[in-house]
Amino acid sequence: MFSNLANLFRYRGLIQSLVARELKARYRGSVLGFFWSFVNPLMLLLVYSFVFSTIMPNTTKGIQPYALFMFCGILPWTWFAASLSESTNSLISGGNLIKKVLFPAEVLPIVSVLTNMVNFFLGLLILVPSLIFYHRLHFSFALLWFPAAVLVQLIFTLGLALILAALTVHFRDIRDLLANILTLWFFATPIIYSWTQDNVKAYKALFDLNPFTHLAISYQEILFFGPVGHWKWLLALGGGSVLLFLAGYWLFDRLRDSFAEAV
Amino acid sequence: MTPAIELTNVSKVYRRYGGRQFSTLKSALLQRSILRDLQPSETFPALTDVSFSVPKGSTYGVMGRNGSGKSTALKLVAGITKPTSGTVHVEGRISALIELGAGFHPEISGRENVFINGIMLGLTKREIQNRFDEIVDFAELREFIDAPVKTYSSGMYMRLGFAVAINVNPDVLLVDEVLAVGDEGFTHKCLDKFAEFKRSNKTILLVTHSLNLIERFCDEALWLDGGHAMSHGDPKRVVGAYLTKVEEGEEQLLAATTARAVESASRGQDGSEGQDGQDRRDQPAEHPPDPTSNMSQATEGRWGSREVEITDVAFLDQAGQPSFVFHSGDPLAVRVTLHAAHPVDDFVFGIGLFNADGVCCYGTNTYLEDMQPQRLSGDVEMVFAIESLDLVEGTYKLDLAVHKVDGFPYDYHRLLYTFRVKSRVHDVGIYRPRHRWTFSPAVEFKSRRDDR
Repeated sequence: MFSNLANLFRYRGLIQSLVARELKARYRGSVLGFFWSFVNPLMLLLVYSFVFSTIMPNTTKGIQPYALFMFCGILPWTWFAASLSESTNSLISGGNLIKKVLFPAEVLPIVSVLTNMVNFFLGLLILVPSLIFYHRLHFSFALLWFPAAVLVQLIFTLGLALILAALTVHFRDIRDLLANILTLWFFATPIIYSWTQDNVKAYKALFDLNPFTHLAISYQEILFFGPVGHWKWLLALGGGSVLLFLAGYWLFDRLRDSFAEAV
Repeated sequence: MTPAIELTNVSKVYRRYGGRQFSTLKSALLQRSILRDLQPSETFPALTDVSFSVPKGSTYGVMGRNGSGKSTALKLVAGITKPTSGTVHVEGRISALIELGAGFHPEISGRENVFINGIMLGLTKREIQNRFDEIVDFAELREFIDAPVKTYSSGMYMRLGFAVAINVNPDVLLVDEVLAVGDEGFTHKCLDKFAEFKRSNKTILLVTHSLNLIERFCDEALWLDGGHAMSHGDPKRVVGAYLTKVEEGEEQLLAATTARAVESASRGQDGSEGQDGQDRRDQPAEHPPDPTSNMSQATEGRWGSREVEITDVAFLDQAGQPSFVFHSGDPLAVRVTLHAAHPVDDFVFGIGLFNADGVCCYGTNTYLEDMQPQRLSGDVEMVFAIESLDLVEGTYKLDLAVHKVDGFPYDYHRLLYTFRVKSRVHDVGIYRPRHRWTFSPAVEFKSRRDDR
């Protein structure tokens, strides 16, 4: 297993070019092309701002402007959710490669996760200027936690993606199941509401069980609130994520030989 | 020489997950049967105890019918699947031409796909850059290289895939029936490329249905059937053994076809009187007593009063053995066994030979050949012997009839008997006259068959 993990490093060139290909191919043929990567989050932000300031204003104290607060959680969530649903499908849609070419299968879910990470970064290019404009971004050492949060999320997502991709080859239902679980998970995570609200605090223990809670809170603290009080949880999640990744890779490796036949 | 590819007692068993279609993750979780469901419920042996080794620098051909395990063997050598038991050892960089252009992304240009495909096949960016022009020229796609691959024709797609795969510069090249992709010109280029590979002492493993290719190109050949190695060694010998086996199979198939045709024709007669039979019997006199009539109606059937009945028909080969497959120029005899319910003095034996298109190749009967019927009674036998079957390769069908001089049918078998004529020369037409070519001394040829 560990020699395979080492191989993974050898495939970085392949992963790199596949990620680049996915990004290029996604907007190929559209007029705005790569600009959609910015336009999409910008539109989303504008829609949220309009809805939550004009149509159903959210005036909860402490999380104003609300649309920006929400966006701090939605961007990482989009990365997470899109990564999972794409990587779940990746082995099946890449079946041709697995069956006909000597191809390291784990590259496929990894590419899905990394492609969405790049989209996440592009979304930040919209979010960060808006935060600065509203004086919400605090330039302090707290910002150093940001790469840590991204890294934790990356490892956590990769671990889950490997498990889901490998299992989906055998249980196709996971694809549909996952879509529903992700919807539920989204609302179970303090993204469109703040964990500081009293009615949320009442269920703190339950929220603590949700790994993405800690990521969402970390991002909100780093980007929106300023002081990072959640770093212990973040580090703990980081440790857990490494274990999850290793477990995911182990499972993937165990099932690897069955892919070419079952896809 | 050290072997470049070595398979030792390799078996591959595919799992068939029977009943898994309805098993879901939920039920698997509920019944705690994830592990059990991942176990095969049924297995299918694709390869059984196959061993062969390919010396470095040689070209090795693998042939066999569809489903004989050829592609599985190739995938095992390529490392795409793992053997269930036994060992596979390959030395050097492998490039597998199994599916060309696997992994091309339709939306991006040919240029970008060449790079990504090259990286997938294990090249570095720099290596691809150096070979890029060569790849594009080989694929003959210079003017389209910046167009998205989705706009390519399937031929262009395959050509590009082939060009990338072959320029990986492998030590071991695995080829799976990919030469059929291009037009004549491209196929020649591929063959030239293979010849170049051979010259530079690289190993080629070729899986193909083209026996011609195996004979021309390979140093050694392996014949797989049902996952078992039937024969390996000298290509000519292996191809010969394979052809013999194919003929046997064909023979069984033709025997079965004939039996079925005769049976269904008889059923039509015995049962509710087929439309066809009735018509003929009502107005027999209008049909001239000549099997070459009704040629346009090439439908199988059997009709007649059965006062004289054809009970058995057999094709006999040179040695007098029943057979269904003959070589062009061989003798063929049709042996017909008949039974007369009561003695008759008005009878004609007729025979007609048709090709697969329903064209009558030959037809005659005893009356046309001035044989005046005298008497026929009890069980008799008739043999129609053809000295030399001068027909081109193809499937032929036979009409057999015994009828009255005025055409009233006793027993008419229309197109019920099938046999095959095989030939190593693929000439065209129906009839092959015995012939010879002669030239004045200034014209020279050499045999193409020995050209390797």
